[in-house]
Amino acid sequence: MRNTVWRWGAGSVAILVTVVVFVVPFAFIVFTAGKTQAEAAALQFTWPTEWVIWDNIVTVLQNRDFLLVRAFVNSTVLTVSAVAIMVVLGAMVGYVLQRRKSRWNPVVNAFVLAGLIIPPAVVPTIWVLQGIELFKSIPGLIAVHVAFGLSFCILLFRAFVATIPRELDEAAIIDGAGPIKLFFRVVFPLLRSVIVTVIVVQSVAVFNDFAYALYFAPGDENATVQLTTFNYISQAVTADNLLFANVLIITIPPLIMYVFFQRQIVAGMTSGAVKG
Amino acid sequence: MKSPYPTWFFIPAGVFYLVLFLVPTIASFYFSLTRWTLFSVEFIGFDNFVRFFQEPQLVQGFINTFIYAFLTSGAKVVLGLLLGVFLSSQIIARGFLRSVVFFPVLVSVIGVGILFKVLMDPFDGPINEGLAAIGIDGPGWYTDPSLALVSVAIVDIWAGVGLATLIYIAGMVAIPQEYFEASKVDGASAWSTFRHITLPLLRPATVTVVLLSLIGGLRRFDLIWTMTGGGPGFSSDVLASVVYKQYQAGFFGLSTAGNVVLFVVVAAIIFPLSWWLNRKEDER
Repeated sequence: MRNTVWRWGAGSVAILVTVVVFVVPFAFIVFTAGKTQAEAAALQFTWPTEWVIWDNIVTVLQNRDFLLVRAFVNSTVLTVSAVAIMVVLGAMVGYVLQRRKSRWNPVVNAFVLAGLIIPPAVVPTIWVLQGIELFKSIPGLIAVHVAFGLSFCILLFRAFVATIPRELDEAAIIDGAGPIKLFFRVVFPLLRSVIVTVIVVQSVAVFNDFAYALYFAPGDENATVQLTTFNYISQAVTADNLLFANVLIITIPPLIMYVFFQRQIVAGMTSGAVKG
Repeated sequence: MKSPYPTWFFIPAGVFYLVLFLVPTIASFYFSLTRWTLFSVEFIGFDNFVRFFQEPQLVQGFINTFIYAFLTSGAKVVLGLLLGVFLSSQIIARGFLRSVVFFPVLVSVIGVGILFKVLMDPFDGPINEGLAAIGIDGPGWYTDPSLALVSVAIVDIWAGVGLATLIYIAGMVAIPQEYFEASKVDGASAWSTFRHITLPLLRPATVTVVLLSLIGGLRRFDLIWTMTGGGPGFSSDVLASVVYKQYQAGFFGLSTAGNVVLFVVVAAIIFPLSWWLNRKEDER
């Protein structure tokens, strides 16, 4: 009896509260993105009298010579490359770190921990990027994301490698596999579930990143979607409908990720977080 | 015989780490002692640090960093714990509730910042309109200097509590059901079950949430920059935004000094704290 009251009563209250606190703000984004400019300026939480969401999205995409479209290309290239490099290199380190007991391990572990905790020194990083001629470029931004994101990947991979039996390695070695073949043909495919986790978590992080793009890839040429949207604020002060259409568009890729990989995101965030 | 686990597997990752993390971090200690324009470097000793702690607005940013980090971290622990325990109990629409609470974690900071800048608008923003409807005079959230930092912190909590909740849910799943059954048999009240079973066994989750949210809070820049730009005045500046402002103004040495201060603050809090939290755990 008491359980039923709790189950329905507390549940209903919770639904009500979460709707007000979490759903309404998102509905506000969608509603405002669907309004005409004059109506959006009122900043009210109302149903649009006339839905022009598609027009608004087209306008935002065409704005400033298709800047947002170019930014989407940049963000896609950035996210895919950075995450691909992080996965392969992070798996290599995590694997050897877990398997081989060497005097390097404490050093590598300390660096991994430092990479997780210590805030990057931004201006000296710009100085290094200029030195290797990668400042204000997508490859530079990719390299920065890899450098700053590796620690987290290594921790996840190291924890997961521990669950793969060593006997598999030994069998492969007896069959004549060298270190590279052993890793890429035998071990790497077995890491699949943690690879998916890393891909999902890091893609969302890289795609949503704002601070690194602001520092290391300023200028329209290499702007990512987050940076473009930020720059849009100053230009579209009176066009909240377009601003919110923009926010809506850049929220779609992480949303799709979430819908498809909900379980992995949850598993990854928790295991990664609990280990970290 | 050669090991099947070659040490050179560390090298590719090590190159990225060395060139773009380790070198800049070590270099920052030198550059923080210079007047620096990227073209010319002049060694000036500790002047940057002296200046840093003499200018009231920079000191304000220093203090704000702590307020912000402890406020957001504390709230995420408490709310995350309550939500995590609540969303682990048998209630209707549990999956829906979990998804909704977690969803803001996926939205970019820019999106969240823009959204709340409009929602919290002091004149005709929906939050103040809603408050007015029930007879409360809404404050000037991010336009009131005494409230700006707290407003950003509230938004940070709104956006980040989902992750804390998730970690606590994972922690709840790891607690064997037998403990709860045993306490039920013993006739323990809901409160004492929570106090003596749930809370102690959720300790690893708490450690994670505290460390993650403190690291994040101390380093926070993007949300503050999107919502207030450190303003009004310097009332919501934190170390990370001071670093950016000095960089923008061309004071690269001073900016790097700010970075070193941030580095020291983060290290001085996180390393002892994680050591202490983990040591306590081992003693059990």
